[in-house]
Amino acid sequence: MPSIQMTNVTKRFKDIQALDRVSLNIQNGEYVCILGPTGSGKTTLLRLIAGLTSPDSGKLTIDERPVDTLEPEDRGVAYVPQQYALFPHLTVLENVAFSPLARGHGRSEAYETARKVLRMVKLASREGALPHELSGGMQQRVALARGIASGASLLLLDEPLGALDARLRMELRIELRRMMKNLSLTVIHVTHDQEEAMTIADTIVVLKDGTVQQIGSPFHIYQDPTSIFVANFVGGSNFLPGVVAKTERAASIVELSEGIRIRVVDRSYHRGESVIVTVRREATTLTSHANAKENGVPARVKNVSFLGSFVEYGAVLDNRETVISKIPTSLVADSRLPFEIDDRVFVIMNPEDCKLFSSPPLGLANDLETF
Amino acid sequence: MGLLDKLDKFSSNRHITSIIYIFSVGFFLIIVFLPPLLGILMKWSSIFQIFHQPELLARAQSAIFASFAIALGVSALDIVAGLPLAWLIARQSTKKYVSILDTMADIPFVIPTVALGYSVLLFWSREGISAFTDHVLLSPGWMLIAVLHFAFSYPVVVRVMVGALQDYERTLEVAARTLGASPFTAIRTVSLSVLKPSLVSSFILAFARSLSETGATVMVAGTFENGTVFIKNASDAGLVSPLVYVSFVLIVTSTLIFVTIQVLGPKLRIPVTKVWPNLEKLLSISNVTRSRDLLTLVVFLFFVIIPSLFVALPGMKALSDGTLGQAVSGSGVWATYWKAIGLSYLVAFLATLLNVVTGLPLSILIARKRVRTLESTILDAAVNVPIIVPSIALGVSLRLFWGGLAIPEFWILVLSHTTVTYTYFVRSMISALQRTPPELEEVARTLGGKPLTVFRKITISLTKYSMISGIVMAFTRSVDETGATLAVSKQFKTAPVLLVDWVKGTVPVSPSAIGLGVGILVLTSFISLLAFKLASRRAH
Repeated sequence: MPSIQMTNVTKRFKDIQALDRVSLNIQNGEYVCILGPTGSGKTTLLRLIAGLTSPDSGKLTIDERPVDTLEPEDRGVAYVPQQYALFPHLTVLENVAFSPLARGHGRSEAYETARKVLRMVKLASREGALPHELSGGMQQRVALARGIASGASLLLLDEPLGALDARLRMELRIELRRMMKNLSLTVIHVTHDQEEAMTIADTIVVLKDGTVQQIGSPFHIYQDPTSIFVANFVGGSNFLPGVVAKTERAASIVELSEGIRIRVVDRSYHRGESVIVTVRREATTLTSHANAKENGVPARVKNVSFLGSFVEYGAVLDNRETVISKIPTSLVADSRLPFEIDDRVFVIMNPEDCKLFSSPPLGLANDLETF
Repeated sequence: MGLLDKLDKFSSNRHITSIIYIFSVGFFLIIVFLPPLLGILMKWSSIFQIFHQPELLARAQSAIFASFAIALGVSALDIVAGLPLAWLIARQSTKKYVSILDTMADIPFVIPTVALGYSVLLFWSREGISAFTDHVLLSPGWMLIAVLHFAFSYPVVVRVMVGALQDYERTLEVAARTLGASPFTAIRTVSLSVLKPSLVSSFILAFARSLSETGATVMVAGTFENGTVFIKNASDAGLVSPLVYVSFVLIVTSTLIFVTIQVLGPKLRIPVTKVWPNLEKLLSISNVTRSRDLLTLVVFLFFVIIPSLFVALPGMKALSDGTLGQAVSGSGVWATYWKAIGLSYLVAFLATLLNVVTGLPLSILIARKRVRTLESTILDAAVNVPIIVPSIALGVSLRLFWGGLAIPEFWILVLSHTTVTYTYFVRSMISALQRTPPELEEVARTLGGKPLTVFRKITISLTKYSMISGIVMAFTRSVDETGATLAVSKQFKTAPVLLVDWVKGTVPVSPSAIGLGVGILVLTSFISLLAFKLASRRAH
């Protein structure tokens, strides 16, 4: 099983810095998700590892062996691009047997391998079909089978679930992870869907504008984002600009505009510094009566969306900032929603759930861009 | 280790692939691209002599003007008359008579242009339709040239537009209809704008074809001269200066026109903001469209199909009057005829082979951008030069170039056919490769395929159809080629060149012999086409 090491890998296409000094360390048998918005350099990263493009500078090793002189066919990786790139003129069986045949195995041996893998992905009955005769979900499984049958122990999946409908996508996430773990494969899975990355990965690498923003387990990244971008892109948060007004023994008091004060259990900034207070949407609640200790900030309900398991409220503070609050439906006791549009409420943001970041030099909007 | 395995291993050696690419670019530049230009430049000093002969100069200039005027007028008419037929074929494809029309539209492709020229000449003469009138409807001259050019360039427009219409997303037109546009308005403002690139390229192809055609034009020209006829006459009379002058002007002007269309074409917008609802609604009613379809069919039958097939009549006569016997026994003029046919196919075979071997790497280089974008764009444009330059002018230049190097005439002939037909194969391959997603090849590489395996199992399989049709086009164009052949060879006569001599009366031959000679050429090229078609079906 391979391990992959990337050190300061940089790649530029004309005016676009696709990757900027990217360093990564991927262990044997690890399931890694590369998560980032469109144009963040995810696909370029995969293509570099596959050997389909070469880095401008930096070092890439697979199993501690430098691979820059190795052709794609000699790297022992299987690349599954977006939309799968199934060979349209070959049947399902021939597609899956392509790699064993190309590596010089005899026909009967190659077909046997292919049939075994097809049984594994439950497509044995469709081995004679052509790719266009299959549904999107089946095509996805053929592409996976083709990668697996190549005998590569490293699979590179580019948005493998992107072309499927929402429900199938959710079912296949778990299925995909289970299969890869059973086969003890190392997987690098590129996606822009943070929920998908959270459910499937051992490790998430968050990428933006070709630079690594954060690397960690899904839980770690959700609980402890190290930047405004990650806090926003993974999970979704509220962002309130303010100035540190006072530091106490265990907390800081941040003053937002219009004199709104919020207590935060974070003392890493000095008095007078510009900061952004962040708090997860699901960590806030709305009440109809004040409680200053809990950071109860007066607001007016602007919109209500019922999302099934959650109710999402948008509440406008007196300084016109909006706070979004996600409340589990199970906590809504009554048979009707507790608040309606234009109700006066208090937004509760627990000081332990609030985090501080220094105010970004290019403005908050720049860091919140996710496209 | 088998030979394939060894080659396979070689193919992943980057030095070897670089050498193949460099060779293909070198071949293109040295054999295809530069000679047509260099030959003329080598005789640059003689070009000025024509300015001391005002009469000759005036003749040359009016011939050049005639070439462009006819090409422009004919290609405009092609679009006007060809679009409705293409529409009918693409949109009514379920009707039986339409599929017959579809097949019929290809007939002029199968008939070599010299044969077509003779056929058109015959159709409008006393032996043909003019037998029913007081005077000859169209006698040799510019009108007959225009009618002939219309007959062979019309199918080009129809073919390109049918293809484009079949690929076109019809929902756009439907959306326009539901937004309140009449069918005519929807087609004019939406469909035609989307189809504009195909309109432009079919126009260019028809234009280039008309400008370039020599063999058939010489047959129907009479005493009239356009550029290519003038070059032929000057060449026969041994005049160098007018030859170089007209060739030079034709090459430069046609290249300039082509570049202008390439550059301005995309910027040109079909007017879409003005709509005449009532008038356009009127043009959409079924009586009007039915009359339009009827008119289209009349033009198609009367100016394209019947004149093209008319040559069959004297051919039939030859079957009964003993000419066939002479032909089969190879006596008299027929000995040279069979030799010419053999030569035609040999040259076509060699030229096509050279094109495939050297054109494949170049197509990959251009389509897959193995070089930088700028270089591949320049190469891409340069590949078109052989079809936009009139072939006889090209031939003149090639003769001047290769003749100076003491290369045997047979090989000069093969090389000039390679040049003339180069674009057909390479263009066809480039667009097929561009339609094939490169990810398929990339995935095949990561799955363990060496470059040659990937090329054999993926690339070739997916581009097979275009590859075969590129080969067919190059091959038939070579068999058909007259202009360049007339210009480069004195000693060797290919079948079309021989037939021009027969029709012009340089060699005394009976009309039924001409009919049979033309008929055999049509038949052999039809058989070779059929063989290719069968081969491609098996390859599927």
